[in-house]
Amino acid sequence: MTETAYNFAYLDEQTKRMIRRAILKGVAIPGYQVPFASREMPMPYGWGTGGVQVTAACLTPADTLKVIDQGADDTTNAVSIRKFFQRTAQVAVTEHTAEASVIQTRHRIPEAPLTEGQILVYQVPIPEPLRFLEPRETETRKMHALEEYGLMHVKLYEDIAHNGEISTAYAYPVKVEGRYVMDPSPIPKFDNPRLESAAIQLFGAGREQRIYAIPPYTQVVSLDFEDYPFEASKADHPCDLCGCGTSYLDEVIVDDDGGRMFVCSDTDFCATRRAEGHRGRLAGEDLAEELA
Amino acid sequence: MRDDVLSGGFAEAPVEAARAFRVALEAMARPGTIHTVSGAAAPAPVSVAASVLLLTLCDRETPLYLAPGHDGAAVRDWVAFHIGAPLAGPGEAMFALGGWDALKPLDAYRIGTPDYPDRSVTLIAELPDLEAAGARLTGPGIREAAFLSLPEIDAFRANRALFPLGWDCFLAAGDRIAALPRTTIVEAL
Ligand SMILES: [Zn+2]
Repeated sequence: MTETAYNFAYLDEQTKRMIRRAILKGVAIPGYQVPFASREMPMPYGWGTGGVQVTAACLTPADTLKVIDQGADDTTNAVSIRKFFQRTAQVAVTEHTAEASVIQTRHRIPEAPLTEGQILVYQVPIPEPLRFLEPRETETRKMHALEEYGLMHVKLYEDIAHNGEISTAYAYPVKVEGRYVMDPSPIPKFDNPRLESAAIQLFGAGREQRIYAIPPYTQVVSLDFEDYPFEASKADHPCDLCGCGTSYLDEVIVDDDGGRMFVCSDTDFCATRRAEGHRGRLAGEDLAEELA
Repeated sequence: MRDDVLSGGFAEAPVEAARAFRVALEAMARPGTIHTVSGAAAPAPVSVAASVLLLTLCDRETPLYLAPGHDGAAVRDWVAFHIGAPLAGPGEAMFALGGWDALKPLDAYRIGTPDYPDRSVTLIAELPDLEAAGARLTGPGIREAAFLSLPEIDAFRANRALFPLGWDCFLAAGDRIAALPRTTIVEAL
């Protein structure tokens, strides 16, 4: 038989085939959530077991894997997942976006443009963009089937009525290829324009057992209104370490007196810029070293 | 049992299946791109490419339809030995294997339901040749346009009109593989 006792990438072959079939149907129906039979993984759900299963189904020993958690390569979550696949799939690992063939992410899209030949795997907590409008799965499924997205627009418009703008800052809903409304996972809406990519984007929700996909060069439109067009906003500062004026920033408290700084959320992007000699407002060498 | 029934599987299944899936994924995500695979050989007339796809994607959970020309004792035995997929008619199949004309009529296959458009067949069509020339392809996965030697235009256009329902299709020729998901817009040149 074709099975062996050795589980490459942890999952058994039958499970990987099931996930692979779901991924292919997801690619064929961009933005549609394909149900799959999620497996127990040796890590808690909050760690992104959906993304891990999708990554496991995609990896080959020739891959170079990058794992980021809110843009950072060095969180416990990111380090654990990277080690897990180093051990179970013998892949090379990297922190550099350009060197990676597979990138698993939680809540960010890397700043550096992705290219053909790269796969971005998202960890998704809640895949259903209509869930907060309608808790029943049978009903949301029907709404997608009938393209009944009016309620979603009403919700966004109520936001504008109350706040003068659409207040949704993360997991901002998109319409894929003019058909399915999709939750891009809790990435900041600043990242939404980069959902149109040369890379293959795969989304895995473990607890909710859904896989979906955006093929390369697929139209992805953030929902908006003529009088309130979508805006990919971010904090109005340059990065205090590398000086970049266009990257997504995290606000960091730096001392007990409430002093704060803004730094790139994408740690590899920021470090690469600093290595190239770019300097921000607070890029005294000591501070930069400390945070690196 | 015949030798060609017992042989022709992956020598190192987990890694070879992983590599083959990545090819299948690239092909489906970038319609019109042509890729080369190796490592599997079902009995004739099944191509290397189709053999690799069967081993990578099919198992006991995926009813398989063998179209006339591909349905025979040796192929059936190979499927039973290496894959275990139950054989089925076109209406129940999750995968269907055959020459393009032998796979017809295409309206016999599952195209999914409005609630579950993923519950649709994946065709594996065997072609004599596969070249990056001929029909013009546009749509998801394609930056501007791609070109592919399709066996015909009309069936793909009719399938596209069913979106988000429809079948998806791998094209196999020898060790070459390409794919057309239901989203691809096909035009004659
Ligand atoms: Zn920076």
